[in-house]
Amino acid sequence: MRVHVDSSKCQGHNRCYALAPELFDVDDLGNAFELNDGVVPAALEDKARLAVANCPEFAITIED
Amino acid sequence: MTDTVYGPVTDWATDFDHGAPEYNANIHEIWDNLKASGCPIAHTERYGGVWLPLTHDLVKEIAYDPSRFSSLTPVVQQLKPSQVRELDPDALGAPIGPVPPISSDPPFHADARRILLPAFSPKQIDPWRKEVEEICNKLIDDMGDADIIDAAVQYTQHIPVLVVAQMVGLPLSDADRFRGWVDMVLGGIGAERNEERMAQFEAMDAYLTKHIEDHIENPRDDLTTYLLNSEIYGEKLSPRHVFGTILLLIIAGIDTTWSGIGSSLWHLASNSVDRRRLVENPEKIPTAVEEFLRAYAPVTMARMVTDDMEFHGVHMKKEDRVLLPFPAANRDEKQFANPAVVDIEREENRHAAFGLGIHRCIGSNLARLEMNVAIEVFLKRFPDFELDNSEQVTWSTGQVRGPRNLPFRINVRA
Repeated sequence: MRVHVDSSKCQGHNRCYALAPELFDVDDLGNAFELNDGVVPAALEDKARLAVANCPEFAITIED
Repeated sequence: MTDTVYGPVTDWATDFDHGAPEYNANIHEIWDNLKASGCPIAHTERYGGVWLPLTHDLVKEIAYDPSRFSSLTPVVQQLKPSQVRELDPDALGAPIGPVPPISSDPPFHADARRILLPAFSPKQIDPWRKEVEEICNKLIDDMGDADIIDAAVQYTQHIPVLVVAQMVGLPLSDADRFRGWVDMVLGGIGAERNEERMAQFEAMDAYLTKHIEDHIENPRDDLTTYLLNSEIYGEKLSPRHVFGTILLLIIAGIDTTWSGIGSSLWHLASNSVDRRRLVENPEKIPTAVEEFLRAYAPVTMARMVTDDMEFHGVHMKKEDRVLLPFPAANRDEKQFANPAVVDIEREENRHAAFGLGIHRCIGSNLARLEMNVAIEVFLKRFPDFELDNSEQVTWSTGQVRGPRNLPFRINVRA
């Protein structure tokens, strides 16, 4: 599984960073980006889905 | 000037008044009735003409469309922007607006916003946790051992103002004055523009102007000095821009979070099962806070229609205002399962309490920190409390909704 933050949609709500800091980080402006090229370890797949389901801007996608 | 409509509401679909006390007091019933009657966009002739869309889809579409829906008037008050300009020719017009960046449109908006964003990023805000904890504990210490407290008057209203005043470099001893401004600017939107109201605005302007002048002479390590030193397009921010942004930080940073904390504590005082669950499992507080933000989102924003147009079957006129009720979007059954049920363990929660699109609340990280800490500390110190029914819970008026009186009976202290 891989996650991706669409930087044109992200508005810096920081829900992904709060829920899954192992998978996402934020820059100095508070905009999110995926860590480790978006690769999601098997143990963190539920967290990745949670991050997707909590993004108000629908900015995060999962590729299996 | 168009005639201004005052007096009691006759029909919430065609004559609503978002500044009337009964609007916030009965807000969920009003929205449910409007939606049940097949009215996705309500209208009023009050305030010079305002629309009220109620679904998540409509709110999102408007928030994502700044060219047709300008942010020039984030608060819908009695005067339209053209009427304000007649009275004050120096008022900042589009795309900057009177209180940038919340009142700004693209492309200026992003450049003004970028100046502020670093100060409010999660990594800059997290270190405030200890300070907020101390503020909350001190407020509870000050309550002594009274059995009956007003959690809004003695607790929630003080927390955000003390943080924002420190960030902006304003004296904490003037906190009452800043709350008075909030009440005047946001609570008094339905009021007539009479001499008394104008004198209050002038006093606020004079105070803030003095504050800024003092920072020009005596620079400090705070947001006021930071703004005075900031540049946009190679030039220092104009004095009107700095003034507007400071006013914005004070107004927007105070009663929004005060309302969010208050509604959360009101819920916990009215729902003993949820209160016990969080007392026993404080690690569940962050998820519960998101649900409180969804179910009791304090803030409704507004836009101004930039040109005459048809929009989903209604004819909008240039300069009409459109309310953006994010709290109504948060109760849309197309977006949320069982939206009327407050489920503090709801895990999938893409609520829009902090807005959608380019104007996402810049203080959202600070607001979340204050809400989490305020609830944590309150539950730790008062593991058992309930509403004291001998006194009334009262709600704010205007576009920020939250309890202004919260009479609680404290049953257990820790």
